[in-house]
Amino acid sequence: MDQVKEPDRSEGELPDPLEIPELAPGCMAASKPYVAAPEFQTALGFPGELVEDWQDKAIDKMAELRGKYRSFRVFLDSCIKCGACTDKCHYFLGTGDPKNMPVARQDLLRQVYRRHFTLAGKYLPWLVGAKDLDEQVLDDWYSYFHQCSECRRCSVYCPIGIDTAEITLAAREIMDSVGKGQKYSNEIIGKVNTIGNNLGLPPKALRATLADLEEEVMEDTGVPVRFPVDEKGADILLVTPSADFFAEPHIAGLIGYAKVFHQVGARWTMSSYASEAANFGLFIGSYENMRKIALRIRQAALDLGVKRLVFGECGHAWRVAYSFLNTLAGPFDFLDQRYPIPQHICEYTYDLIERGALKFDKSKNDHIRLTFHDSCNVARGASMGNKPGGQFEIPRAILRATCNHFYDMAPDTIKESTFCCGGGGGLLTDDLIELRKKGAQPRMRALQQVAAEHGVTHMAAICAICKTQFSKVLPMYGFDMEAIVGVHQMVSNAIILDGSSQESGGNEG
Amino acid sequence: MLTVAYALLFYLATAVLVGGLAFRIWEYATTPAPLKIPTTPAPRTRGGVVLRLGREVVLFESLFKANKWTWLFGWIFHAALLVVLLRHLRYFTRPVWELVVLIQPFGVYAGFAMVVGLLGLWGRRFVVPRVRYISAPSDHLMLALLLGIAASGLLMKFFAHTDIVAVKSFFLGLIYFDWQPLPADPVLLVHLGLVAALMIVFPYSKLLHAPGLFFSPTRNQVDNPRERRHLANWARGFEVGRP
Repeated sequence: MDQVKEPDRSEGELPDPLEIPELAPGCMAASKPYVAAPEFQTALGFPGELVEDWQDKAIDKMAELRGKYRSFRVFLDSCIKCGACTDKCHYFLGTGDPKNMPVARQDLLRQVYRRHFTLAGKYLPWLVGAKDLDEQVLDDWYSYFHQCSECRRCSVYCPIGIDTAEITLAAREIMDSVGKGQKYSNEIIGKVNTIGNNLGLPPKALRATLADLEEEVMEDTGVPVRFPVDEKGADILLVTPSADFFAEPHIAGLIGYAKVFHQVGARWTMSSYASEAANFGLFIGSYENMRKIALRIRQAALDLGVKRLVFGECGHAWRVAYSFLNTLAGPFDFLDQRYPIPQHICEYTYDLIERGALKFDKSKNDHIRLTFHDSCNVARGASMGNKPGGQFEIPRAILRATCNHFYDMAPDTIKESTFCCGGGGGLLTDDLIELRKKGAQPRMRALQQVAAEHGVTHMAAICAICKTQFSKVLPMYGFDMEAIVGVHQMVSNAIILDGSSQESGGNEG
Repeated sequence: MLTVAYALLFYLATAVLVGGLAFRIWEYATTPAPLKIPTTPAPRTRGGVVLRLGREVVLFESLFKANKWTWLFGWIFHAALLVVLLRHLRYFTRPVWELVVLIQPFGVYAGFAMVVGLLGLWGRRFVVPRVRYISAPSDHLMLALLLGIAASGLLMKFFAHTDIVAVKSFFLGLIYFDWQPLPADPVLLVHLGLVAALMIVFPYSKLLHAPGLFFSPTRNQVDNPRERRHLANWARGFEVGRP
């Protein structure tokens, strides 16, 4: 029939963010990050390179994790292969490689687990798809466990609650323990341990950068907004991702935090010792490394004698802070118990807005038609405020308070169903750029839809990784690289500072 | 001879099912969950967690969000299985419990619903390429086993009737250690054999998803990590000598 109707062009011509691709087996098998050099491995307590008896060592490690993590054991035992997760991963949606279906990714590890730890796998491996750990399998592990950003989207949909991130974490820990670590994450952890932040920015350079920033803000606003470092006796210690110190658009967010603190006269400081909110120990599944990084923050809080701990905009950092910090580095009984410990900068600003302590000139953001990308680790691994779902409502409330034009993306692509930006979980490295581009596809399509429908020009996020990743991939999808903004960048644009030369019309003074 | 074989088989199957499951549950319960990892929407209270797990168990809430077809077939199968199991209690109780009597008329419909659910789930393993890709032989076999149980049961109901009174005395005899002869009807023997097989594989297979759900940290944890530390025993050792 020639009469078949074309799909409705008004909306239909834009591709569906959730469109399920044809299976393309093996198409991403070659995507793998650089392996960590021996010096970076040994610095973290891992073997420098692949050890001789790596098979046995890996199985031993698996046995150890099986005893230490209930998630590992329950998740490997309980999968019914129902397929609920198969179309939920952004890397699967973007690549079509079936090994990027969450269950298939888990199965790469589960096949070996079954072979060694289950009756059926030991005696009837063919029946349950059990496999020995050989080089091919290790190769697959290295490829595909570095194509999971630990975003947990699949776990929302699993009827048993299986979280592929937990399996990826375990697989990466096993690989590290036999000497096959990932360069990007392990080098960065090394930098935090030796210098204090992911960038390797030494204290002196940090102070210089922040002094420059003070001048810049003074020039822009005429207000002496401060960016204090290592000030003993301050009330608040701000721990923020080090990207906030120099990267675009991150730095605009840092200016936003500083303006908020300034406007309410808060005594705050950053720390040069704990100059990093990010915690890549999470990405490699290493409790010990994660704990070590978390303890730097405790140490800084003790040394500076602060009363409160506030975290800047960073997705997985907030997961570690909200969900793990108390466990890893608590109890924080020396801090002021009247405030959440730790507190997110969005919670801090939102409270002030609620109390009427901040004033905004929303028209300052009128050139922006905005949407919000829920960062995966905040959306599914943490919360804010004192009600479930606060991590969705609080940032949106701030955006609505600072901007006249706000529109959400399609409901099945935001909040608990949000996508990863495509660069999370230790994948934000140039050697994985192809993967990052493809993994961003669902989010980019959702953005294209809301741009077509509501003329949205910008997307806000509260994650340093999201900001960097989107700056890179937005142009690949026809957007301006500056279309990604921080929530506190919007705050910074619109906040009315007392005594500002910028203050918008009306009653000045 | 036949009676002795099936009697022993069912003692074995029961022992494996109960012992195996108890062992698994003990394993799950004693393995620590060292970090708080509840998935959104995470309840802030114990009561909230109970409700959440309740919705997962009764309504398959997460699966409903994920895929309506899988949810439909999966839910039909499980609900029907529950009714069928309850109905079968009449063969193990004397006098038959009130609830079981009440359910009796629905049992047959549930039997058919079970078959529909299973066929739907099995069909997906062939028709949907993604699900075909992740299916191992054991996944097919498990559905075949359940379908065999349902089909042989329905067959006895409608075509190859068995002496149900004798079957009941056989099972009551097992319970009270006073063995009674089992009718030698082939369909009955197939039905019971498959059921025993299911009981035996339960603790060694993916059927562990039943207890697994209750121990799944993403579903059973309270979201209160800022208020309470959540230190695993093995992590306590690290506490010494730190700032």
